[in-house]
Amino acid sequence: MKLLRYGLRRLLQAVPVILLITVGTFLLLQLAPGDTVDALVGDMGGADAQFIARLRAEYGLDQPVWVQLWRYMLKLFQFDFGWSFVYEQPVSAVLMDRLGVTLLLMATSLFFAFTIGVALGAIAARRAYSLTDNVISTLGLVFYSTPSFFLGLMMIVLFSVKLGWLPAGGIETIAAFYSGLDYVIDVALHLVMPTAALSLIYLALYLRLMRASVLETAEQDYVRTARAKGAGETRLMFHHIMRNALLPVVTLLGLQFSTVLGGSVVVETIFTIPGLGQLAYQSVVQRDMNTLMGIIFLSAVVVLVVNFLTDLVYARLDSRIELR
Amino acid sequence: MREPDTILPSAKLQARDEGRLRVFWRRYRRNRAAVLGLVLLGVIILMALTAGLIEPDDPLRRAGEPLTWPFQDWSVPLGTDQLGRDILAGIFHGARISLLIGVVATLIAIGIGIVVGSIAGYFGGWVDDVLMRVTEAVQTVPNFVLLLALVAILGPSIDNIILAVGIVSWTAPARLVRAEFMSLRSREFVEAVRNLGLGDTAIIFKEILPNALPPVIVFASIVMAVSILLESALAFLGLGDPNYASWGNMIGQGRNVLRTAWYCAAIPGIAILLTVLSFSLLGEGLNEALNPRQKKG
Repeated sequence: MKLLRYGLRRLLQAVPVILLITVGTFLLLQLAPGDTVDALVGDMGGADAQFIARLRAEYGLDQPVWVQLWRYMLKLFQFDFGWSFVYEQPVSAVLMDRLGVTLLLMATSLFFAFTIGVALGAIAARRAYSLTDNVISTLGLVFYSTPSFFLGLMMIVLFSVKLGWLPAGGIETIAAFYSGLDYVIDVALHLVMPTAALSLIYLALYLRLMRASVLETAEQDYVRTARAKGAGETRLMFHHIMRNALLPVVTLLGLQFSTVLGGSVVVETIFTIPGLGQLAYQSVVQRDMNTLMGIIFLSAVVVLVVNFLTDLVYARLDSRIELR
Repeated sequence: MREPDTILPSAKLQARDEGRLRVFWRRYRRNRAAVLGLVLLGVIILMALTAGLIEPDDPLRRAGEPLTWPFQDWSVPLGTDQLGRDILAGIFHGARISLLIGVVATLIAIGIGIVVGSIAGYFGGWVDDVLMRVTEAVQTVPNFVLLLALVAILGPSIDNIILAVGIVSWTAPARLVRAEFMSLRSREFVEAVRNLGLGDTAIIFKEILPNALPPVIVFASIVMAVSILLESALAFLGLGDPNYASWGNMIGQGRNVLRTAWYCAAIPGIAILLTVLSFSLLGEGLNEALNPRQKKG
């Protein structure tokens, strides 16, 4: 019950943020050269001035800016992002087609980044300033500095071109028509390199944060108390240190989600994965502003939902948080 | 009323500053990785400065036989790409662009961050609420997608790209500055100058800001690394300014000949990796030297 009230309060706080984002996308659309009618007329191959004026009136583009903003916001809240003149479909249909793939890629990437990063960070902290720690920490720094597109290309050279182990692009083998387990394996093989390319920077980030966090937690009084009571090192690590050291890492997981979505633009483009990121790139190249704004709004909503969920997880993990 | 720093004779102040610098360097030197970062950065700056000596005219001109592998022809030591452009010249000139974007975009981001963060943290209340909601809204939109939208709208000239990178990166510095201001605004020295009748602007910029700066300087090195990564990703996708040799752009072009001549993408990739690494190491060294309290073990 308390958790529910806390959740509701956090949801209310998201309302002004989402309102500001709709205003922001509207302003960006106003700044962009050309409007819906220009795109429509371009699509038809030209029209006379009278017809264009009538179209403008029909689309409400002759109205004052405030009226247009109001209508735009109403439409966004119904997930109506307008018409895509590139795909000849409503933008929302194009987006929904591609959301699943991107969410799958992000979920696997964050899962590996989180588990491996936390594990390596904890190991490095337990053997602080030893050779193991130095190797892990140096790797972390190098991973953190590697651009995902560079890593992606080098993996393609090694694993697809030279060794021929992994497919260089796509999300599935199109002509194979796998079903059942074969299909799952096929998709998983296609996801190996994109996941690695997308997760490496975040893996490094979690590693560094976890290492610092474990080092700090290990010096707390309650850890000394537990040790004095005769708790073994393993129990100490998993029961007393890890649970508390994880808290800042969980916070970062939520905060980083929007950056990961941004990173998937590059990774999806390299590996020709038909997700939101690739769509964002294509809509910039094809100047499909409606689709681009739709992606901005949809990804903001996804980020807010994920932040909300991490807040709830955090509140469950840390009983010191007051659920007001 | 006299300014606080005119109370000390300037000569004495200078001597004290030199001492401070020496202490800073001694602390910084302790971290060998941070010194390596500084050396790397020095090499990159040197490359940017001497780019004109390597290739005075145009790094994008044809310099030799297309697709010459590295270490084959000593007139083009790192080889050429599919259009016969000298990769070494591209790396040196690319260092200019990367550093230019890193420095200017970071100044823009930190500048906006300081203004927003200091106002929000100093005044608090509804001003803080409004500014923080705006910050959250910008932070919620994936930064690279926002960057794509801004560049699509503004056009891909180098000035616009720098501006856009700065605009998408100001939120984290703003939060940092706000947190510093919130902890500093009720300190005794601030109360003291307020009672002396100093205005809000003077208190913010002359009294609190200098004390809030050390963590911001540390963070600036991270913003710089991220700015360089953002620009190179943009150029990689072919959405950068085509008139300049940029590392990201070289990798993007190298992608087309990846199967046969992978060095075209690998060499500029290593350049980006080392540049970003140098800023990360620099940031860690600065952090330990400026906030020695946080050093563990």
